[in-house]
Amino acid sequence: MAAETLENSAPTILLAASDLSSIRGERTLFANLNMTVRTGEVWQIEGPNGAGKSSLLRILTGLLPAQAGDVQFLGQSIRQCRDQYHQAMLFIGHKAGVKPELTAIENLEFYAAVQGQPLQAPPYELLAKVGLVGLEDIPAQGLSAGQQRRIALARLWLTQAPLWILDEPFTALDVAGIALLEARFAEHVATGGAIVLTSHQPISAARFPLQQIALRYQH
Amino acid sequence: MAGAMGIFVQIVKRDLRVASRQRSDLLNPLIFLLIVVSLFPLGVGPGPDILARIAPGVIWVSALLSAMLGLERMFRDDFRDGALEQMMLLPVSLEVSVLAKIAVHWVMTAVPILVIAPLLALLLNLPMSAWGVLWLTLLLGTPVISAAGAIGVALTVSLNKGGALLSLLLLPLLIPLLIFATAAVEAAVSGLSATGPLALMGAFLVITITLAPFAVKAGLRVSVN
Repeated sequence: MAAETLENSAPTILLAASDLSSIRGERTLFANLNMTVRTGEVWQIEGPNGAGKSSLLRILTGLLPAQAGDVQFLGQSIRQCRDQYHQAMLFIGHKAGVKPELTAIENLEFYAAVQGQPLQAPPYELLAKVGLVGLEDIPAQGLSAGQQRRIALARLWLTQAPLWILDEPFTALDVAGIALLEARFAEHVATGGAIVLTSHQPISAARFPLQQIALRYQH
Repeated sequence: MAGAMGIFVQIVKRDLRVASRQRSDLLNPLIFLLIVVSLFPLGVGPGPDILARIAPGVIWVSALLSAMLGLERMFRDDFRDGALEQMMLLPVSLEVSVLAKIAVHWVMTAVPILVIAPLLALLLNLPMSAWGVLWLTLLLGTPVISAAGAIGVALTVSLNKGGALLSLLLLPLLIPLLIFATAAVEAAVSGLSATGPLALMGAFLVITITLAPFAVKAGLRVSVN
């Protein structure tokens, strides 16, 4: 539903986090964090290891409750509109969610079907694009870490979700893979999408406007 | 949107496919069950009377233990590869996905037990008049093991060595099941009506199937964060 309504030109506030605080163990990761993600924006969350980047992403997806504060999707708290939010949001975490017993196509077919856009035919063109051609029949456990990552990231070409939340999407990718992914990011934000990601890699900001949040390691 | 039913079917399809590619994981509990049941006549002596008397208990205890063997797999693999996180982010209530996982676990572990149940009864010289009731107790009881087991697995999935804790958590919950199941079969063996214990097992089944998904959901939200 959200894909069509969000493609108009004026930027809409997709996701708004207000006064978020997160405490893991006895350490405050961040407190009173605010961010507003509009359509057409890419947000990069930076910070050293352990600063709470992944925790912030998981709070934004709703996987992890925040100690304080609220996350709103299109003006509604994500706890109230969980199903709509999950329909409109794609999260690829540190663990990619690729079943190692299944082939690339079987993995992609599953995710396409549960998002309500079942594949009509095996996505050979997409596999060629992400460099998995010739590996269609091999269960994912027989592929390299980078190739498994590519299976998960191939979902970005199949989804219609306007909001992407990506935890270290460039991990294990080669230079060509990173360029391909950045091109896809540019395409996505140009058509009214938005991306929140963490990355240790510098992102070539020329292709799209980049907002940055820096988290500090707090003792 | 794919709809709750559509997502349920997709999860079942995917998990059945995954399970069909890990055959040894499926066969091991079954082989364990067969070995235990076939060792009993050797251990306690082949007197047909003794065997027939202990048959309900032996079959049910070994079925319970063999079901516990494969229980952890329900969420552990998904937790490790991130599929569990993705499942929690599906545009459907988590209870639906949980029910799909329970259904798949039941099909993969309990249906084989139901198929070989007559063989187990034969091995232990259970009177043929009680075979039907034994089969009914397994039919009613195994979904309870899958559903109650899912709660335990959801709570322990993020622990590295959750196996022992899982058994400690679950076995006390399943003891009533064991008592009523063996009571039903023993009643049938001695020619009495087994309706009472069977009805109670049916009640267990209804309660666990309806309430377990909510408990599993809460457990998963605690474990996955």
